[in-house]
Amino acid sequence: MSEPPGAAVSLAEAPPPAAAPSEPLTAQRVLPLRRPGRWIATAAVLVLAAQFVHGLVTNPFYQWDRFGYWFLRPTIVDGLLVTLEVTAYSAALGLLGGVLLALARLSRSPVLRAVSWVYVWAFRSIPLIVVLLFLYNFSALYRTLSLGVPFGPAFLTFDESELATDLVIAVVGISLHESAYAAEVVRGGILSVDQGQHEAAAALGLPKGYQFRRIVFPQALRSIVPNYVNQLIGLIKGTSLVFYVSLLDLFGAAQSMGSTYPGDIVPLLMVATVWYLVLTSVVSVVQFYVERYYARGATRSLPPTPLQRLRAAVTGLTARARREAAV
Amino acid sequence: MSTAVDDHAPATVQVHDVHKWYGTHRVLNGVDLTVRPGEVTVILGPSGSGKSTLLRVVNHLEKPEIGYVSLNGEPIGVRRHAGRLKELGERAILAQRGRIGFVFQNFNLFPHLTVLDNVAAAPVATRRLAKPAALELARDLLARVGLADKATAYPRQLSGGQQQRVAIARALALRPGVILFDEPTSALDPELVGEVLAVIKDLATSGTTLVIVTHEIGFAREIADRVVFMDGGRIVEQGPPSEVLDAPRHERTRDFLSKVL
Repeated sequence: MSEPPGAAVSLAEAPPPAAAPSEPLTAQRVLPLRRPGRWIATAAVLVLAAQFVHGLVTNPFYQWDRFGYWFLRPTIVDGLLVTLEVTAYSAALGLLGGVLLALARLSRSPVLRAVSWVYVWAFRSIPLIVVLLFLYNFSALYRTLSLGVPFGPAFLTFDESELATDLVIAVVGISLHESAYAAEVVRGGILSVDQGQHEAAAALGLPKGYQFRRIVFPQALRSIVPNYVNQLIGLIKGTSLVFYVSLLDLFGAAQSMGSTYPGDIVPLLMVATVWYLVLTSVVSVVQFYVERYYARGATRSLPPTPLQRLRAAVTGLTARARREAAV
Repeated sequence: MSTAVDDHAPATVQVHDVHKWYGTHRVLNGVDLTVRPGEVTVILGPSGSGKSTLLRVVNHLEKPEIGYVSLNGEPIGVRRHAGRLKELGERAILAQRGRIGFVFQNFNLFPHLTVLDNVAAAPVATRRLAKPAALELARDLLARVGLADKATAYPRQLSGGQQQRVAIARALALRPGVILFDEPTSALDPELVGEVLAVIKDLATSGTTLVIVTHEIGFAREIADRVVFMDGGRIVEQGPPSEVLDAPRHERTRDFLSKVL
């Protein structure tokens, strides 16, 4: 009320506090809204997280010394390598099969479209474990596989039991399953490419294969990559089913060691868990850079890498510190 | 290029009694048109009159139900066989399209390739030029449309007018006998229209055969050798701009011009 009358006509009903600055309002920075609720929530979450970590570390149930003992044991590492091997082959074969199935589904031939549709329908309906167990008993159904004229003479004949090692059965089974899902991921990606791109490529007279490899597919990859990586992460864990076709992958190794040393089953499961976490993390990092690569041209500037973001944050902080020191 | 001189010289385009329909909807109802080498033809007409479809029939992006288009006397997308027209295979059609440039309303540049690679794509993909020669050609063409400094940019980093100029350079990289423009300035902000029209005008004076669908009447008057007015899937009238634009003989032409001018 110390202000001269008339200075704040419109504020007459809500006079400014006595300490109101005399500077014009426009010259000041807007004060950020205080958010006490956010601080309370943060504190609560931190307490819960601390409790969880504390439990993990101190609960004797986890037997961290046994975890350390098992983590790099040759049995476990061998299992990890089997998991990696199965995953790598199945991911590559599954994607290849998926691309072929998607192309068949999008082709003008009704026969190819129908075959692709039926394949995807069948393998999305059958549980992976059933496919694997079926293949495992496959040699009882077909004793030999031969390459030759259909219904005619054979040129090459394989003995099924020699050809179908456990690894081959696992990779074939998972790839069959995986390509059905990959087909839909790839098809979705191709459909997401603007029709104008197909037209422009056709109008320039680019050869059909070039149109797909250089124009359509690279643009489709932008939406294929996140979806396929999602699929791939499911696949990494899905490979744990190969235990049932007597292949000792990471989970299988932990499981079988657990039945030999029943007291160590919890640390063994933790070993498998941590390894799966590591694998998923590696894939996520690779995904970031692959996505960034295929974002070229789609956005005006590429998103910064974590390293660039860190550097920018550090520069920002030092600049701010310098500014405040100067004041 | 000695073997293919005819392909790159300004071409004659002839449309022979073309009919096109989608279900029961008739889009083109017997269109006949001859575009002479080096001539600039502007097609006008209300929306839905079939002008864009006609342009897309010329490079066989749309297949006519009846009739055909010929380039220097050679049928496009079809061949004569025992008195009938038979559809050509995809590969042959793609090869023919390499002699016809097409510029889209929405540019349709390849967003994942640099401007330079967009322009060089067709000569490289069709093995007409080795990569270094194609890149050199692309640089020359970009300079011609005033974008020499944008070679390493990606299309989305350019303005609409710049993108359309790149699209024109990309069509020119085919060294086509004719270039078709489908409403090349309709997707542009008004202040960007001029730069694109300037490039097209430059092409017109250099003797390339051009067929342009546009709503820019003033531009048509300025560069067209011939104006074609279409309505209801037919050509209503055609002739030099001084006749069709200034003294139209048909009621529908007059009606259309009174609305757009």
